[in-house]
Amino acid sequence: MFALANPHRFLSYSRVLTPWAGGLAAVLLLVGLVWGLAFAPPDYQMGDTVRIMFVHVPSAWMAMAAYTFMASASLASFIWRHSLADIAARAAAPLGLGFNFLALVTGALWGQPMWGTFWVWDARLTSFLVLFFFYIGYIALWEAIEDPHKAGRAAAILAIVGFINVPIVKFSVDWWNTLHQPASLIKMGAPAIHWTILTPLLIMVAAYTALFVALVLMRMRTEIFIRQIHRLQISTALDTEAPALG
Amino acid sequence: MDEQDSQRHMSVTQWDMQSPASSWRAFLALVRRDLRLATAQGAGGLQVVVFFAVVVTLIPFGLGPDLPLLQAIAPGLLWVALILASLLTFDRLFQADFEDGSLDGLVCGPLSLEGIVLAKACAHWLTNAAPLIAATPVLALLLNMDMGVLGFLILTFLVGTPGLTLIGALGAGLSVGVRRAGILIALLVMPLYVPVLIFAIGAIEQARRTLDAGGGLDLLEPNALFLTAASLVAGLVGVIAAAAGLRLHISG
Amino acid sequence: MTGQGDFELVGQGLACARGGRLVLDGVSFAARAGAPLVITGPNGVGKSTLLRVIAGFLDLAGGRLLFKAPSVQEEAPPAAKHIHYVGHLDGVKSALCVRDHLIFWARYMGAEPCSVDAALDAFGLTRLAALPGAVLSAGQKRRVALARLLLQERPLWLLDEPAVSLDKAARAILRRVITNHCANGGVVLVTSHESLEIPNAVDLTLSPPPQRPAT
Repeated sequence: MFALANPHRFLSYSRVLTPWAGGLAAVLLLVGLVWGLAFAPPDYQMGDTVRIMFVHVPSAWMAMAAYTFMASASLASFIWRHSLADIAARAAAPLGLGFNFLALVTGALWGQPMWGTFWVWDARLTSFLVLFFFYIGYIALWEAIEDPHKAGRAAAILAIVGFINVPIVKFSVDWWNTLHQPASLIKMGAPAIHWTILTPLLIMVAAYTALFVALVLMRMRTEIFIRQIHRLQISTALDTEAPALG
Repeated sequence: MDEQDSQRHMSVTQWDMQSPASSWRAFLALVRRDLRLATAQGAGGLQVVVFFAVVVTLIPFGLGPDLPLLQAIAPGLLWVALILASLLTFDRLFQADFEDGSLDGLVCGPLSLEGIVLAKACAHWLTNAAPLIAATPVLALLLNMDMGVLGFLILTFLVGTPGLTLIGALGAGLSVGVRRAGILIALLVMPLYVPVLIFAIGAIEQARRTLDAGGGLDLLEPNALFLTAASLVAGLVGVIAAAAGLRLHISG
Repeated sequence: MTGQGDFELVGQGLACARGGRLVLDGVSFAARAGAPLVITGPNGVGKSTLLRVIAGFLDLAGGRLLFKAPSVQEEAPPAAKHIHYVGHLDGVKSALCVRDHLIFWARYMGAEPCSVDAALDAFGLTRLAALPGAVLSAGQKRRVALARLLLQERPLWLLDEPAVSLDKAARAILRRVITNHCANGGVVLVTSHESLEIPNAVDLTLSPPPQRPAT
């Protein structure tokens, strides 16, 4: 348990990596946003509203990627009991929640002109709404259990269970959707996307990924420092108590 | 006293015996104890039924006394009300045994933690889900439900609620040390309830359509099969994860 | 079959981490049948933790735990079926009467039902048998919790502060019960702040582990 990759090595690597990832994210975001919002051609059907896709698609993609990352870290934490994996999973959760929220909001904003209403119980939107609640539950469980080691283990179990649940929810919601609504809705993401749209879209996906990496590393570093401070506080308190006990 | 004790020399074989029969006896003993505790402590099952009835009674005030409308939404409404009512009690599933140290003693018995979870979930189902299911026909009358559909609704309850109970056990097991875990558990289990609810309603809709067309009930239709599968998977995952959660909290 | 050291529990360099800190480090002992091990030491030194490690509730971060049983050839950590663990919590349900409480534990552990009366008698609980847990005093609840020890013979007893809130007479009972168990070849580990005056007792004094980081 103590022999696995140590936080000190992680701290020294991440100190170098974090600014690079952050810088990359900033550059890519700038390029992708300017290209997508100003230069990409409007869609012949959807007009300028298609530009919401440049925010919506990468957000949705990252919401799922963050969850996959969290579940993998949780599995590693559960098998190897390494606290760094716990810290990684914990760091990713609020970011995933943020991306998920962004995906829901932009989806609703896109839906208003398309469907004439902010929300439809479309299969994808509904799946994301369920995932949104799952993120909140995961974070709430972390917050509710005071001992961070215990909280990490409990949250890891939940994340793994949730990972089994994701495809089941996806399938059931699709099933439910076809049951209640005939497939008359326009699917997001047309089958063939022209390269003038695809390129800025991929740049945005890369930008979001870099942003995610930078933020996860930052949050992990903070968490490690917090735990070190906490441990020092306990040790100091115990050391000062020890002489009194004789 | 001393004489009596001196006869009780430790026989080497006695402590070493452990059979499936002893696990089964322990399982039954635990279920019986939990049933007794549930009935002794202020009629818990009755409160849940009252809550169920209150939810179902409030709905017509919200929607208006439109009988055809109520009839149409009755299965979904009853399912959602049942889920809400069952969520009320999960926070106490393991809490008492955890806080008073009984769980430590239970773990030293012949049952694995999975067995303990299953036994306690059984008792919980009998004192919570079963009364709710028993009360359903009366509430179905208030909503003018068709008798054939009601029968199928109860069937979906019987198939779905064991899965729901074990998911609830999962939520309770993960948060057992947490004060006032009720809302946390609701949040944890909600995404896991979705598939069971969807397939249950799908199965009832399908049954209603077949009944309207004058056909008989088809228990092997896809919705019903998916419901069974979802409940089984939920139950299996629930037992394993709840036991893992308890193991984690015992180690503290 | 009287205990010529039938059972023995040996701990070698036990370590246990909680919250990223080592609570136990390098704890070694040998608890033999006939000589109860009394674990002492200041608050927070890990006495309860040591018992919970032995009971299997906590994972070892280092060291070895061996339980030697007469019928078993290989040496392994003690299994749940070997252990009576009575922690500092009594586990007495306020809605169950004393007798029903013990009947449940007897059934649960697969013990003979008649053992309940003997256990009630041994701990002076016969007159209280019909009372619900809610009305018992702290010392009475403690006796109910300890009565579980006599429902079924198990070789290894782990008792966490068993004497708390017991009066003089009840302590005498506890002492006798422990002595009997040892005489029958059983192993007892008990934590205590004050001397229990158990004959043949062996002392294990824990001291705080040197602070080294656990990650």
